[in-house]
Amino acid sequence: MSLIVRRIGPACTIQDQGREGYLDQGLSRSGAADLRALYEGAALLRQKPDLAALEMAGMGGEFEAVSPVRIALTGAPMQASIDGSPVAWNASHALAKGQRLSIGAVLKGGYGYLHLGGGIASEPFLGSRSAHLAARVGRAVAVGDTLENGPDKGEAGMKIAAEDRFCGGTLRVVASFQTALFDAETLARFEATEFRRGPRANRMGMQMDSDGPGFAAKGQLNILSEVISPGDIQMTGTGNPFILLPECQTTGGYPRIATVLPCDLPRAAQTPPGGAVRFQFVSLDEAVTLHAAWLKDLARLSARVEPLVRDPHDIPDLLSYQLISGVVSAND
Amino acid sequence: MTRADPFPLIRTVGLDGALVTFADTMTEPSNRAALAFRGALHEAGWEGVVESSTSLASAYLRFDPLRLSHAEVQARLAALLAERDWYAAPLPSGRKLWRVPTVYGTDLAPQLEDAAAAAGLDVDEAVRRLGKSRVRVLTIGFAPGQPYLGPLAPEFDIPRLQQLTPMVPEGALVCAIRQLIVFAGPTPTGWRHIGQTAFRCFRPGMEPTFALNPGDEMVFEPIERAELEHIRAHNEDGTGGAKVEEIAA
Repeated sequence: MSLIVRRIGPACTIQDQGREGYLDQGLSRSGAADLRALYEGAALLRQKPDLAALEMAGMGGEFEAVSPVRIALTGAPMQASIDGSPVAWNASHALAKGQRLSIGAVLKGGYGYLHLGGGIASEPFLGSRSAHLAARVGRAVAVGDTLENGPDKGEAGMKIAAEDRFCGGTLRVVASFQTALFDAETLARFEATEFRRGPRANRMGMQMDSDGPGFAAKGQLNILSEVISPGDIQMTGTGNPFILLPECQTTGGYPRIATVLPCDLPRAAQTPPGGAVRFQFVSLDEAVTLHAAWLKDLARLSARVEPLVRDPHDIPDLLSYQLISGVVSAND
Repeated sequence: MTRADPFPLIRTVGLDGALVTFADTMTEPSNRAALAFRGALHEAGWEGVVESSTSLASAYLRFDPLRLSHAEVQARLAALLAERDWYAAPLPSGRKLWRVPTVYGTDLAPQLEDAAAAAGLDVDEAVRRLGKSRVRVLTIGFAPGQPYLGPLAPEFDIPRLQQLTPMVPEGALVCAIRQLIVFAGPTPTGWRHIGQTAFRCFRPGMEPTFALNPGDEMVFEPIERAELEHIRAHNEDGTGGAKVEEIAA
């Protein structure tokens, strides 16, 4: 059971939750830029959130079903259709053999996800299927590739009320070990500034622009390279912040002013070019509480899944449906 | 280390990490302390720890803050720090010594003469000294499996180049600031390209995937170019003709 890739955007990769434990070997975690989307897809298909999906940056592709397969679409909404008929985002659908799923450009946000029932069953490397292009692990999905799925059974035609996280917004951050390299005035200004996502962005990180002076660390620019966590906000030489994402390097010499909490990283990664972002410091205790609440919320996503009721206007040939089959009596 | 010295210093890293820093500069003792302390963390095997690593002069611990609180981690790290003088601690056991055949200079590594001049040495003397320098994997990073090696003798405290060399190949041996790097893949660099090896640091699909571990030691032994060609023709395992031995604890 699988999909054949007939057309594909330039930055589509297979992603799961990434690989842990290779930091000391210079290999960062990688994994989906929007972890919440992986959980939403898993909830829709009633499967485990550690399965791999196709992450589509900006642009999707066209996929032909070799055999019947369930799919789900999550993350940044994109134009999607099956054999030319539009289908809902944040929903699961059944593809019959030979049907073509077409996914176009992103409507808002950055990263859309195509999930397969049973997950994408590519060969794992060091315990994960995530590509990490910056580390030369895996490659972008190409025309002619086959996306095999794992064993699967279950229903389709479900939808989930997804959290809107595709327009930027407030990102909660926690102080980290280099925050003290920035003086109080700079930190206050950092928190008061509205940033815009800059044009330079990929899975390694995204630049944030702002009007006015930059946010330089005081003195100590010759700091030793130190460990990087995804979510770190790194200040380059010009004092422009970069939010570091799943393919960030494992260590770096630029000072980091703060770290975006994991619960707000999907919102960060999904911010479109020009999207407005603010940073809000929370205490470490608050951060741990928020983190616990986020994990709890992810674990309960399946409660938000409900049947996808088709709007009659979306059905191209209503008369071809047997709307009354099985009905014995109007008074039953 | 003076009394005013804040080191070793424990700090939090983001939501789920702690960093123990032994100095604000890379020195032999601070790197040794970081490696030894990380080794002890690894052995302690605290429940809730996800992973640990070292940078040049720090040890890092990542943990699940819902299972192991920051306060608890800080207390345990402080207790472990107090157990001994980590700057004088022996390095972790299980380390290896790698002897890697290396072509110095020639058109394979065209910046040797420049590096020798910067070190105030003639080329033969530079190769003689470099070829018997036993350096340690200070840390691994920038690219998967890629070692930063040192410290070299003081004469090799040569600056990085102002102008980046657009591309050096995998296995390139480069030098700056008393350190060496063997590149894990083709990359631009500001370090001088002084030697060429067939040693692969990162070997996807092979066992082990990563050749080196922090604390391992390496010697880059001079060979002729013809020998490297022979090694390259028989380099299925990616070791580049390197000989490896255990370092006695």
